Amino acid sequence: MIEVSRHDIVIVGGGAAGLRAAVAATEIDPDVSIALVSKVYPMRSHTVSAEGGAAAVVREDDNFEMHAYDTVKGSDFLADQDVIRTFVEQAPGELTLLEHWGCPWSRNEDGTVATRAFGGMSTKRTWYAADKVGFHMLHTLFQHSLRFDNIVRYDEHFATRLLVDEGTVRGVAALDIRTGVVRVVLGRSLILATGGAGKIFPFTTNGSIKTGDGMSLAYRAGVALKDMEFVQYHPTGLPGTGILITEATRGEGGYLINAEGERFLTTRDYGVGSKAELGPRDMISRAIIQELEAGRGFSGPYGDYLHLDLRHLGEAKIVARLPMVREISKIYIGVDPVHEPIPIRPVVHYMMGGIDTDITAATSLPGLYAAGECASVSLNGANRLGSNSLTECLVFGAAAGRNALSFAKGSSEGSEDALRRQGEEEAARVAALRGKQKGGEKLSRIRGDLHKTMESGCGVYRVQETMDETARTVAQLKGRYADVALEDSSAVFNTELVAALEMGNMLDIAEVVANSAAARNESRGAHTRRDTPNRDDQNFLYHTLCYFDPAGPRLEKKGVTLGHWEPEERKY
Amino acid sequence: MSDGQQKKTFVVTRFDPDRDEAPRKQSYEIPVQPDWKVLDALNFIKDEVDGTLSYRWSCRMAVCGSCGMMVNGEPRLTCKEALSQYGDTVDVGPLANFPVVRDLVIEADGFMEKLTSVKPWIIRAKERAVEEGPMRQSPAEHEEFKQFSLCINCMLCYSACPVVANEPEFLGPAAIAVGHRYSIDSRDEGAAERNEVFRGEGGVFSCSFANECSEVCPKNVDPAAAVNQAKFNAVIDWATGLVLPRGGDE
Repeated sequence: MIEVSRHDIVIVGGGAAGLRAAVAATEIDPDVSIALVSKVYPMRSHTVSAEGGAAAVVREDDNFEMHAYDTVKGSDFLADQDVIRTFVEQAPGELTLLEHWGCPWSRNEDGTVATRAFGGMSTKRTWYAADKVGFHMLHTLFQHSLRFDNIVRYDEHFATRLLVDEGTVRGVAALDIRTGVVRVVLGRSLILATGGAGKIFPFTTNGSIKTGDGMSLAYRAGVALKDMEFVQYHPTGLPGTGILITEATRGEGGYLINAEGERFLTTRDYGVGSKAELGPRDMISRAIIQELEAGRGFSGPYGDYLHLDLRHLGEAKIVARLPMVREISKIYIGVDPVHEPIPIRPVVHYMMGGIDTDITAATSLPGLYAAGECASVSLNGANRLGSNSLTECLVFGAAAGRNALSFAKGSSEGSEDALRRQGEEEAARVAALRGKQKGGEKLSRIRGDLHKTMESGCGVYRVQETMDETARTVAQLKGRYADVALEDSSAVFNTELVAALEMGNMLDIAEVVANSAAARNESRGAHTRRDTPNRDDQNFLYHTLCYFDPAGPRLEKKGVTLGHWEPEERKY
Repeated sequence: MSDGQQKKTFVVTRFDPDRDEAPRKQSYEIPVQPDWKVLDALNFIKDEVDGTLSYRWSCRMAVCGSCGMMVNGEPRLTCKEALSQYGDTVDVGPLANFPVVRDLVIEADGFMEKLTSVKPWIIRAKERAVEEGPMRQSPAEHEEFKQFSLCINCMLCYSACPVVANEPEFLGPAAIAVGHRYSIDSRDEGAAERNEVFRGEGGVFSCSFANECSEVCPKNVDPAAAVNQAKFNAVIDWATGLVLPRGGDE
C-alpha cells in the first residue's frame, strides 16, 4: 500500500521562493507542519546561480514610485501595476529580513548596505553580496530554515502529480529518487515554487534541473500558464556553455564592444539612449543580435559573439565586486577579464510567464499557490528587469506562505481514500515508465530535436511561420515521447527515469511557449517579431492564458491591471 | 566524430545495491572535445552510451555543489575540472568517506545532520524587528567571516579528511567552517552555544590539522583555518567560563 504522510502545507521546491514561504508560514504559526518537497537538496536549487543582486528601495535618492515606474516600463506595460506597487513596498523589508538572518550583503564604508546599478533601474537600488547573491541568499535562507523543526524536508523527492479532491488541491505524489518509491504527501494547501524551464532551450544559463516541473503540474491540473511567450534572453552568456556573466558587470561599468572595437550601444540607436549598457535586457539582447547579423561580431566554434570589456574597471574592483565572474571566465572560457575582454552572446535565462496567480500568490485551483519563477504574478510583464526576480521570490514566496497557511486553517483534509487512489495511479504510471523497453525513441534525441525547434521558433527574433512550425514540431515530439525506450530499470536513484519525467514536463512547457508566441501578433518586450515589429496596445494589451486540453493548448485572454501609468512609447 | 578525434577511456565505479554485491568498474571509451570538463564526458556517456549511469549535477558552473566525485582518486567538482589535464584513462568514483547510494551518488544525510547541528543561523538574545532596518556591519567586520561564508557544501573536504575516514561522527571541515562563520559574524550572539557543539564528541578537537580539506576546497574557503580558529575560540570560551561562571557573553 502506498505510503501517505500528512502535513498542513506542502511546498514543492526548495529555492528562494519555497524556503521563504516555509519560513513565512512558520513565523505566523510555529507549529504549522510543513512538507518541503524538493527534487534536489535545497541548497542545490537554481537560486544558487543568480549572481548580480536583488532590488529594493533603500537609498535616500530613491523611492517606491521610481522603482514601480522602472518596472512598469521594463515590462513594456504588460505588468499589473497593483502587483508592482505591493512588490516595491514590501521589497525593502524582505531584503532586511535576509540581512537579519545573516546574508552577507556587501557594505558601504559606514556599514550600511551597498547598492549597485542595474539595467533599466533609474538609480542604484540593487543590493548585492559581491556577484554571488543567489548563492548567499539561498544558503542564508536554507540555513535559517534549519532552525525550525516544523519544516519537514523531503529531499530528492520529485513531485510528479498534484492530488486534487472535490476541486481542492490536497497534496502531491512524489518519487523518492533514492528508493524509487512513490509516496503521497498530503496537505491542506500546496505551494509550487519550482523555478523556471530554461532547459527547453539548448543554450541557457539554467542548470539541468530547470525543466518546468511545477508549471507542468499546475497546467495538468487545469490551471492556466500565463504569458509564456515571453522568454528572457540575457545579453551576456558564455558561448558554448551558456554560463551566465552577470549584468552587474555592466552595473559596475563594463562595456559591450563589437569586432570593430566600437561601443555600439553609444554609437548606434538601439533605443536605450544614454543608459547604454544599462538598458533593459530585451533591448540589449536585440542590439547584440543585430550587431552579429550585421557582421560586426567575432566568430568562434560556438557561433558569433561580442566582447564584454571590464579591463578599465581595474583588478581591485573586479576582485572586490565581481570575483565569480573572474573565476567563471578563467575556468570556462580561459579568459581573465582583468586582462582580456570576455566573449559573450545572448542566452535564454528566465521565463517571464508561469502559473497564473493573483496578487496573493493564489491560483484558480483552491488551495494551490505559486511563487517565484514558476509563477506569473505579473510583476515582470513582457520583460523582467534584472535584480527584481530574487526579490520577487521573497515578496511573493512570503505571500504564498502566509496565504497558504490561512487557507490550510480553514480547509478540510479531503477524502484520503480518493487521494490514495490517485497516488497509486501515479505510482503505477511512474513504474510503467521506469526502464520501459517498448518503443524506439531515445530520450537524448527527443531532447535534441526539442532544443533545435525551440531555438529556431522562439529565439530573440521571431516570425509567424517558424513559430507555427515549432508548435507543430513540439506536438509531434509529444507523440515520439510516448514511444520512448529507457534502459534503466533499477529502483535506486534512477536518473534516467527522472529525466524522462522531466522531458514530459518540458514538452508541456515548450508547447505552451510556442503556441502562446504564435498567437501574439505584435512585438512587446522579449517577444519580438520581424513580421510585426511594433507593439499593438489596441489589440494585444492583455495577458495570454494557456490551458491544458487533450486536443492541444487552449488560449484565452486576461486583462492587464493598469491604474497608474498608461502605456507609452518605450524609449530610454 | 571524425576519425582523428581524441578519445579517452573512463573507468567508472558502478554500484546498484539491488544487483551488485560490491562496487565494480566499467570502462567507456568515448570521443572527447578539448574544452570539456569531466562532467561533460559523463553527460556524453549518459546520453549516448549508457543511460543507466547515475550521478548528480545541476549548475555546471561550480556553485551548486552537486557534482563532487573522486577523479583519479582525488575529490573534485567534475564540472570544474578540465579533462585536458588528465591522461588517456580517467578514473571516476563516488566521493570517498560516504556511504554510496548508487554508482557515483553518495548519501548526504549525515552531512545535512552535521550542518544542522552547528546551528548555522544568526542567534540573538533579542530578535531585531524588520522595522528597525538592516544592522550596520563595517566592511572590515564583513571581511572577518566572508571567506568562510563561501562554502558551497560540496563535501569534497569530507572525502579528503583523514579524520572523517576514521571517525565518521566528526563534524568535519565544512560544517565547522559554516558554524564558525556565524560565530564570528558581528551580527551574531551565538558563539557560546556553538562552542558547546564544537567542544563535544566529534567536535573541533578531533581535527588533526592535516590541512587536506583546504587543499581540495574548490572555492578556497580554507576550512582548515576555520577549524583552527574555532578550536581556539572554543578553548578561550571554555577557559573564560571557568573564570566567569556564567560565560564570557554575560
